[in-house]
Amino acid sequence: MEPKLTGSARLAELAQLKAARKRKEKLIELFLLMAACVAVFTTLGIVYVLVAESLVFFSHVSLWEFLTDNQWTPLFDDDHYGIAVLLAGTLSSSGVALLVALPLGTIIAIYLSEFAGHRVREVLKPVLELLSGVPTIIYGYFALLFITPVIQKIYPDLPTFNILSAGLVMGIMIIPYVSSLSEDAMRAVPMSLREGSYAMGATRFQTAMRVVVPASLSGMASAYILGVSRAVGETMILAVAAGMQPNLTLNPLEPAATVTSFIVQVALGDLPHGSVGYQTIFAAGLTLLIITLLFNLLGHWARRKFREAY
Amino acid sequence: MKPISERAQALRRVIKAHKRWDVTFGLVGLLSMSLAILTLVALFSQMIIDGAPRLSLDFFTSFPSRRAGQAGILSAWVGSFLVMLVTALFAIPVGIASAIYLEEYARKNWLTDLIEINISNLAGVPSIVYGLLALGLFVYAFGLGQSILSAGLTLGLLILPIVTVTTREALRSIPQVIREGAYACGATRWQVISDHLLPYGTPGILTGVIIGLSRAIGETAPIITIGALTFIAFLPPIPFVEGAGPFDWLFSPFTVMPIQIFNWTSRPDAAFQVNAAAASLVLVVLTLGMNAVAIWLRYRLRKNIKW
Repeated sequence: MEPKLTGSARLAELAQLKAARKRKEKLIELFLLMAACVAVFTTLGIVYVLVAESLVFFSHVSLWEFLTDNQWTPLFDDDHYGIAVLLAGTLSSSGVALLVALPLGTIIAIYLSEFAGHRVREVLKPVLELLSGVPTIIYGYFALLFITPVIQKIYPDLPTFNILSAGLVMGIMIIPYVSSLSEDAMRAVPMSLREGSYAMGATRFQTAMRVVVPASLSGMASAYILGVSRAVGETMILAVAAGMQPNLTLNPLEPAATVTSFIVQVALGDLPHGSVGYQTIFAAGLTLLIITLLFNLLGHWARRKFREAY
Repeated sequence: MKPISERAQALRRVIKAHKRWDVTFGLVGLLSMSLAILTLVALFSQMIIDGAPRLSLDFFTSFPSRRAGQAGILSAWVGSFLVMLVTALFAIPVGIASAIYLEEYARKNWLTDLIEINISNLAGVPSIVYGLLALGLFVYAFGLGQSILSAGLTLGLLILPIVTVTTREALRSIPQVIREGAYACGATRWQVISDHLLPYGTPGILTGVIIGLSRAIGETAPIITIGALTFIAFLPPIPFVEGAGPFDWLFSPFTVMPIQIFNWTSRPDAAFQVNAAAASLVLVVLTLGMNAVAIWLRYRLRKNIKW
């Protein structure tokens, strides 16, 4: 056994231990910082890959043609690259989905936050959240093999692949995103505001519509924005149930390709990396990223604009 | 001026009309809820009716086949399991580490702001864009190919924001006095984190990890984008068997459950759609089971911990 150091020698040993411990702490902090920076590198990676690969595409196809052509036939001999065709599909499918998700999500949020009892809420909220836990490929299967046949019974002319049933199912899937964020915002409204309203003789409905909803607008705005970006970015439901042929139409009763389902279609094929047809998916992805980024910015702006301080 | 009784009656009518709105809205709310829940029920019944008869031990131990009746999901579930393993090994340590940095170390400066903005934006990026990132970066630039490693890393990046955000919430809910108490006893920052914050935060962190993995296991689009094959009738090499190296499986081609389902759904033959229903049933039970565990954990957490 080593003799125990005393006096200044012991102090020196302690100082050494302390320095070692400090070094270790610094090292750990550095490692943690690097982990945190993975998020930054991911964003940089996404932007770099999409821009670099899109540049290859845009060296073959002019930006003007990309934005104004009204045909999308990158896989044919007579090739046209008009992104408007795919955007039309994205617009109509998101439109249908949001027509379902925003009203229903809002009503459910108001109901859960202002009308339902404590126990009802505790049971229904997790059940509702399960809706967003189902893999989207399964929703696609459901839209194609359940919703479409049901609608065809009412409206027999509906083609097997169509935007409508894909959009409806997408809407149902998005409900929990809208409702749970909106409800959180409503529950954050202080009780005193509600009590003030009740004391003036307002009913539940009046309190909900004229006090709680206006006070939680900023949170509801971010919920809506999240719903929109989910709808725009949704892929598999559309790839399975909406058909994948490009179709410049806003009519949801027709089949159409969207920006996302086109990417899937090309990825499933066997085009060689580097060909113009293959590079289109990066241009499509860049378009998608720009759209979702715009909505994110809109969300930041809306949150700031409607923010209520209590 | 009307007599008092008449005015009172008029008032009562107004009150009644307003109360009717309350009842109406309550009904509309219930109706909307039941529409959402009915969809879930319809989805389940459809899958069970179509798929349950097809579920047998053979279904789990057979490879996909050109004949629908003999096809199974062996390569799909093995692939899903291995991809999830890579995803978890990447996303859990990195996600937790970045959450610890942001909650416990980060000073208020531009770098911290940059990281925060990036995490919140990444959570809103569509999953297919991650697929394109992986295609450009992992598959071509790094030369990892269309392998289990590429897919696992892609999904790991995808769920990183989920793991980070939930871990941060778990750390934030631990009261400051715990940290101060430990510091007062002479603990270093890392000792406080590893001996106190991480153990107390475990249920919350676990909830986030499970939700993230359940999202990853159902993701289809990014894996299709990196070009994973859909017809795989072999398993990745088992380490040290028949001369395979310990890490060869990472670079093996693969398929996963959602891709197998997509493949079967897109075939015109109805017999394959029965297979799709059966595989969907397995996948949905798996993901909803994971979600249920997460919800239960969160519920217990809220109930048991009183600081």
